[in-house]
Parts: sequence; C-alpha cells; structure tokens
Amino acid sequence: MIFPWLTVVGLVPLIGSIVVAFLPNARPTLAKQVAFGFSLIPLVLTVLMALQFKADSTEPFQFVESHPWIPAFGISYSVGIDGIALVLIAMSTVLVPVVILAGWNDGDTGRGSVKGYFALVLVLETLIIGVFSSVDVFLFYVFFEVMLVPIYFLIGRYGGVQRSYAAVKFLLYSLVGGLFMLASLVSLYVVSAQMTGTGTFDFLSLAGLHIDPLTQKFLFLGFFFAFAVKAPLWPFHTWLPDAAAEAKPGTSVLLIGILDKVGTFGMIRYCLPIFPAASVFYAPIVIGMALIGIFYGAYVALGQKDMKRLFAYSSMSHFGFIALGIFVFTAQGQSGSVVYMVAHGLSTALLFLVGGYLMSRYRGSSNIDDFGGVNKAAPVLAGFFTVAALSSLALPGLLSFIGEFLVLIGSFERYMWVGAIATLGIVITAAYVLRVYQITMTGPLKPELVGIKDLTGREIAAMAPIVAMVVFLGFFPSPLMKVINPAVDRTMVATGSTTPAPALAPAEGSTP
Amino acid sequence: MMPFADVVKFDLPAINYSAIAPILIIGGAAILSVLFEAFLPRQARRPVQLVLVLVSVVAALVVVISLAGTRLITANGSVAIDGPALLLQGTLLVVALLGALLMAERALDPLGDAFAPRASALPGSEDERQFAERGYFQTEIWPFFLFSLTGMLLFVAANDLLLMFVSLEVMSLPLYLLAGMARRRRLLSQEAALKYFLLGAFSSAFFLYGAALIYGYSGSIQLVSISDALAAKPGQGALLALGLGILLVGLLFKVAAVPFHQWTPDVYQGAPTPITGFMAATVKIAAFGALLRVLYVSFGGMRWDWTPMLWVIAILTMFVGCVIAVSQSDVKRMLAYSSIAQAGFILVGVVSATRAGLSSSIFYLIAYAFTTIGAFAIVTMVRDGSGEATHLSKWAGLGRKSPLVASLMALFMLALTGIPLTSGFIGKFGVFAAAIASGGTWLVIVAVVASVVSAFFYARVIVIMFFSAPGPDTATVAVPSVFTVVALAAGATMTIVLGVFPQPVLDLVNNADIFVR
Repeated sequence: MIFPWLTVVGLVPLIGSIVVAFLPNARPTLAKQVAFGFSLIPLVLTVLMALQFKADSTEPFQFVESHPWIPAFGISYSVGIDGIALVLIAMSTVLVPVVILAGWNDGDTGRGSVKGYFALVLVLETLIIGVFSSVDVFLFYVFFEVMLVPIYFLIGRYGGVQRSYAAVKFLLYSLVGGLFMLASLVSLYVVSAQMTGTGTFDFLSLAGLHIDPLTQKFLFLGFFFAFAVKAPLWPFHTWLPDAAAEAKPGTSVLLIGILDKVGTFGMIRYCLPIFPAASVFYAPIVIGMALIGIFYGAYVALGQKDMKRLFAYSSMSHFGFIALGIFVFTAQGQSGSVVYMVAHGLSTALLFLVGGYLMSRYRGSSNIDDFGGVNKAAPVLAGFFTVAALSSLALPGLLSFIGEFLVLIGSFERYMWVGAIATLGIVITAAYVLRVYQITMTGPLKPELVGIKDLTGREIAAMAPIVAMVVFLGFFPSPLMKVINPAVDRTMVATGSTTPAPALAPAEGSTP
Repeated sequence: MMPFADVVKFDLPAINYSAIAPILIIGGAAILSVLFEAFLPRQARRPVQLVLVLVSVVAALVVVISLAGTRLITANGSVAIDGPALLLQGTLLVVALLGALLMAERALDPLGDAFAPRASALPGSEDERQFAERGYFQTEIWPFFLFSLTGMLLFVAANDLLLMFVSLEVMSLPLYLLAGMARRRRLLSQEAALKYFLLGAFSSAFFLYGAALIYGYSGSIQLVSISDALAAKPGQGALLALGLGILLVGLLFKVAAVPFHQWTPDVYQGAPTPITGFMAATVKIAAFGALLRVLYVSFGGMRWDWTPMLWVIAILTMFVGCVIAVSQSDVKRMLAYSSIAQAGFILVGVVSATRAGLSSSIFYLIAYAFTTIGAFAIVTMVRDGSGEATHLSKWAGLGRKSPLVASLMALFMLALTGIPLTSGFIGKFGVFAAAIASGGTWLVIVAVVASVVSAFFYARVIVIMFFSAPGPDTATVAVPSVFTVVALAAGATMTIVLGVFPQPVLDLVNNADIFVR
C-alpha cells in the first residue's frame, strides 16, 4: 500500500484543530503549544515528500491518490501534486508554524477564545493543502469555497475595529467569484458529459478535452473571475485592503501570503490547460489588468498612512507581476510567476510579521506616522524590517529578485513594451517600501517610543527561518527551479505556446 | 317481479391495499387519534397521542421502505405508487416525525408547549386566563397533524386531478387550524390562520377550476389520459392553456412561488414555530411532488409551452425571495422569504423537464427539508421573557453565549447559501447541472446571482450571532428536552451527511426518476 502522503499531510492539521478545540478554555498556553506542535508535523512530512519528489518524472502528478466520491456526478477524491503545487504546499507548511509562533498573543483579543484562533488556523492549513493538491476540479472548488469560512471567522472575531465590515466584504466578494465559478464548473461538467458520454471532473481528462473555442471563452470567464477576485487582480481588489487592515498580522499573512496564491495557482493550473484557446484570446486583457494593477497598487501604496493597508496594496502590485508572468505564455514568465508566488509569500510574511511586532509595541497602532527612529531602540527589529523591505523590492540576492527578473524577461520576450513598462513598476515599489522604512525606522526616536523592547527570542525564531530561506534560495534557487520547470513546460505544451527565440543576430565572428 | 331485480352492476375498484398501506396507516391513526381525543381522560391524552403518532409514523415508514421498487397504479387509476411517490412519502414521514418531535416539546416555554390551551378562547379574555391557569394542554394538534400528513402522503401519489384536489384539502385544512393555535402572540397567530385559510381556499378553488377546464378539454381527470388526449389533439386549445395555467396557480400557491407567495411571510411568522417548521418542510415536498407529477406526466408533451412560463416564475421567485429577505429583521419572516427563494431554485430543476431535473429537484427537496426543520428547531430554542425572541437584534452575540447552538444555526445558514460540504451545495449543483444540460444556462446564471444575494442575508445571521457583542436584551437559548435535541441533531446530521457523502441518497433519487403511467 502506498503511503497516502497528501491525505496525511492534509489531515494532521485538521486533527490538530479538533484537539485544540477540545482543550479547556482556561489553559490558553497549552492550546498554543499544542497547535504549534501540530503545525510542525505537516512541515516535516512535506520535507520528506519533497525529498521523494522526482523532478524529472514523466508523470504529470506524483503522490496520486484517487477514490470515487460522488460517482453520480463523476466526482472523485483525487489528489496529486506537480512541481508548482509542491512548492506552494511547502511554502504553506513553512508559513503556518511561523504564523502560529509569531501570533502567539494574537488570539488574546478577549472577543473569541484563544484556542479558537489557533484551531481556525489549523483548519485553514488543511484546506490550503487540499486546494493545492486537488486533481479533481470539483474537489478543488470545494476546498476553494470552504476556505472562506475559517478566514471569515478569523477576520470577523479576532480583527480590529471594522472587522465585521471587512469580513463580510471579503466573504461576499469571494462568494460572488466562487458562485460564477460554480456556474462555469457545472457547465464544464455538462460539456464533458456531452463530449465524452459521461461527465467527469478529473483534471487530466478535462485538460484532454478539446472544447470548442467559443464555449471555452465563456467557461474561462467564470473561472477567471473567481481567480481574479482571489488574486486579487485590479479591479476586483477592493476587499483586500480592508481585510488586511482589520485582520491580525498572522491572519493577513495567511490570507495574502497563501490564500491569494490560490487565485494565481488556479489561473496557471486550471485556466490555461483546460481553456487554452480562451486563455490566449483573453491574454491581452489580462495583461492590461495586470499592468494597471502593478502601477495602481504601487501608486496607492505610496500614499498610504496605514502600514497594513500599505502592505496590502503592495501585495496587489506584486500580484500584477505574477499574473503578468502567467499570461505572457513564455517558459521564463511562468516559471518566474511560480517562483514569485513563493517569494511573495515569504516576503509578505516578513512584512506583515515585522509590522505586527512594531504595532504590538505601541498600542497596536498601524499608523506609520506614529513611529519614528525605531532602529535606535530596537535594532534587530529594524534589521528584519530591512530584509523585509529589500525582499519586497526584489533586491538581487533574495528570492524575489529571481521571480521578478524571470517574469520581466518572460514579458520582454513576448511583448517588449509590456516588459519595459512593468519594469518601471519596480521604481515605485522601491519608493513606497523605502518610504515606510525611512519614516518608521530612521530619524530621531519618537518620545512615545522610548523604552520599547527589541524582538524577543520567540519573535526572532519565527522570522529567522524565513529570512534564511529567502537569502539561501535567492543565491541558490535551483532546487526550486528543478521542480517548477517541468510543470511549467507541461503547461506551455498544453497551451501550445513556444518561447520566442531571441531576435538578435549572432555576433560577428561566431559560428552561425 | 321486483323492480330491483335488475341489479345494477357496480364494480368495486381494485385497490392494492398493500401499496397504499402507509396512507391507510396514517389515516387510520388520524381517526384513532380523534377517538382518543373524544374518549380519553385529559391527562391520558398526551402520552397516548404521542405514542400513537410515533408508532404510526414509524410503521408507515417501514412499510414505505418495504414497498421500494413498486411501480403500479391502483384504485381505478387514481393512485400511482412509483419510485418518486415512495421516495417522497418516505421523506415526508421522516420529516413529519421530526416536526412532531418539535410539536411535542414542552421544556422550552415556561408555560408549557407552543400551543394555546384553548384556541377558541378570545385572546385576552377571562376564559383564556383560566385555561392557562388550570394547566390545560391542547392535544387536538395530533389528529390535525395526522390528517395533514395523510393528505400529504396522498398528494404525492395522486394520479388524477380530483384525488389531488381532495388530498390538497385534507392536507391544508388542518394546517389552517394549526397555524392559529400559537400560545403566544395569539392575535398574530389568528391573523396568520385567517390569511392562510382565505388565500388557501382561493387557490384550492383555482385548482379545482383548472381541473374542470382540463377535464373539459381532455374528457378525463386522470393524468395519463390527459396526456393521451394532448397527443391525440395536437393543436392545443384555449381550454387547455387556461386550464393548465389556472391549475398551476393552485399548485404554485402551495409551493410559495412568486407571485403566489404573499401568504408565506405572515403565516410563517404567525404560526407556532414547530408548525412553521413542519409546514415549511413537508408542504413544500408534497406540493412539489404533485407539481412534478402533473407537469411531467400530463403535460410533458407540451413542455415547450409551460417551460417559458415557469422560467419567468422561477426567476421572479428567486429574486423576490432573496431581495426582500435582505430587508427582514424578524428571523421567522427571513426564513419565510428564504424558503420562497429556495422554492425558486427547485423550480430551476423542475423547469428542465428531464429525468435529471426530476431527480435533482427531489434531492434538493430532501436536503432543504432537513435544513429547514433544523433551523426552525433553533428558532424555538432562542427565547427571552416574552417567548421566542425572533427579532434579529436579540440574537446578537449568541455565538458567545451558546456556541454550540449558534454554530448549528451557522451550519444551517451556510447550507441554505450553498457552501460546499453542505447538503445545499449538492442540491444546487444537481439542479444547475440539470438546467444547463437542457439549455437553461441563463437561468443558472440568474440563479447564481440570486445565490450571491441570498449569501448576504444568510451571512448576516452569522455576523449577528458571532461578530456582535451580546447586549442587554440578547435572548438566551433555553435548554430543550430530548424531543428538540433529536430533531435538531437529525437535521444537522443530514445536512452534513448529504453534503459530504450524498452518493447513497443520490442513488436512491436517480433510481426514482421516472413516473409510472
């Protein structure tokens, strides 16, 4: 019997959340410790899985498990991962323990129980792993929608002043997207039934259907709309700043660092292979939206006074790059997107957690102007903020540079002007990120901040692994690229795209 | 020679008694129940009636299960026992049992149960006060319940229009009375009963008139004969179109489709909550069962004529239900409009006029019934000093005070929205798939938009319960006795099971997707 890796990795956090939920209310620290312990197990298992993952395998998915679930609708419980899913799952299983450790005191708002916070985080981890590892499109949809429920409660119960508004806005926005995807999903099922006799939701079967282009264009819209809301892509982004501003930093990391990746993951995994003609057809529009998103997000971030909103808009800007990389249909672009997804997840974690540490030291305020000169009182905090800021602006040597560089090269190859314009976005990124660093960290120490403590051991322990990964992978990204490239190549084949060769003539004197 | 020597030959209709045994059991129990009411001493009535109800419903359910696979028409072509009929009868019996459990609850209201001790005493009069003081309880609810259930069981199995009318009346008249028997807010309850009676009587009259017109067209009241007459005379006349339209008014009234829905919010709000739960679940099942049978068996041949009309009604129903529910502040009214919207979604399945449409509609009905009973069970439990606290502001912060009950209500709200892993999602999925497969893509898009709107008011209940702080006039959750606990547990369990492992019920439903002719 092959060990069901993916199901086990997915179930462990769920079991952990049930255990935590049944712990007594009067022992919150025990709940935190149990939750942290349970979150480490999927990490270990994922590392073991990654070591067994064969990067050069010819199979589209590995660690596949498939059991019929609702045969009446052709639905089965099928899970499996390719390179893209593997790196995203790995990123998630790293981030959840980090979030739990960094958010040790996040559950103590007095509004909900402490154990509830951590139980919800663990349930969310199960759903995230499920979403990335689904090979059955219906199963993917189920996880995609159910994921909304824990986040809704995390924002709505443990968030800030406007938490209720932000949570409902998030829920309704995501539900709208999800319901249009449902209409597309049901239509896809009916189309598959009409084309093959029995309807199915198996991803590989659906990707193998050659649906006529007109139908593809309609079905693509439903899926794409849901993913665009999730990503978020301009102009469907308005839920993000409110949600990020009201949620606890740990929740924001999960929301923006991982959940939003589901949107772009969906684009590259589901939209492109199942609807290749429609993807190519709509690519100019999507690229336009992505470019606008890059500049809009960056420009609005430049003017923000609230730290968390600034980070949210900066994420929106980065997601523009990711979507751009996917829809230029070059190998570098798509590989760059996936790397950027991982890098963005890690750098978002750094940003929000550092922001959270900063906020917790001064009345929970997220107003940038409340802080100044923190690097004098808390140099380690400032140091981590530096790394976070540089990671956000994609300094060479950090992982985000690899992602951004590949995306820009990929865009440049296909559409020269798009690549050129997108590169300008980096300038504004640098502006807003360095601005927030300058205002909060440098300059004279504000009198209200005298006496604030530097980072504790726990806080450092939460962020150090991420910094280490960002730096190590920034210099040595080949483990990532090795698993991502074959998966991207398969997607390229599915859409029938080829990377344009460089257009320069060979140099004089070199052999033709 | 005696004039009566010419004996008129009178053929007794051949009745397959074993096939209609469930109906006979419940009907017999109803009559027994009346006799118990008449002859038993007051204290003995309630336990005996409860036992009678329990035993008869369970016995009927066992018989229905043992009849599985039967396909026959009996009683001179009046009664059709086939897959859909048996499945719906089984569901009706189970759901009615849960409704009976809610009706039997006595531990929630400090004054006793949810029913006025003497419904005929004027509200606020000396009589009423005296009856309440003496601790009288109303036990006539049980014969009403059983008669109504008999009518429902017959309604889904009726194969001709006259029997359909009779069973419609047998089903409805007790419900008109039951709606007026609330213990608290009696004037509201009596108003609800009067509205229900007047509008229900009108719609039954419409049904009968429509049946008469169709008889005029086809020369028969039997569903199959109508279908044959349709096939024989291809050009349908005004008589048929009018007859069908008027007939559908009667049926759509019971289903609470727009624009025949006006009774629903007032009746749901005014009736005692256990009765509301019972009605919301079972009447819809019965009415849809009859609607499906009439449309598919009799008028399947002219589906191109009635599907456009039902398209419009489905769209209107979904939208009016969802949009008006957004502005409701009373939880019972909100659930009433929500059930109107859900009827719209089921109509999307009916409109597809295929076998998939039939099976998906039945599955949705089953899922909806259990969720509804559960939701109304919770409404009976949330109380303050003056009885049930149905104003939504009184539910603020319930998630903090009673997390388990609030979580169950959240589960039911999510199921009605159609979140995956709940029964509502599988129901919606099946209905949408059937509609798209028969060319109703635009209808599905409208349904999706309506679902989004519905998500708002369902989520609002969750927001109020979990994201608001408890206030000074927040209600408390009364501790129920085993009756409500069982009903609630059954509703919640089925909502989850049908969402996560729907295959067994889907198999049942797919095997029961052809009406017998």
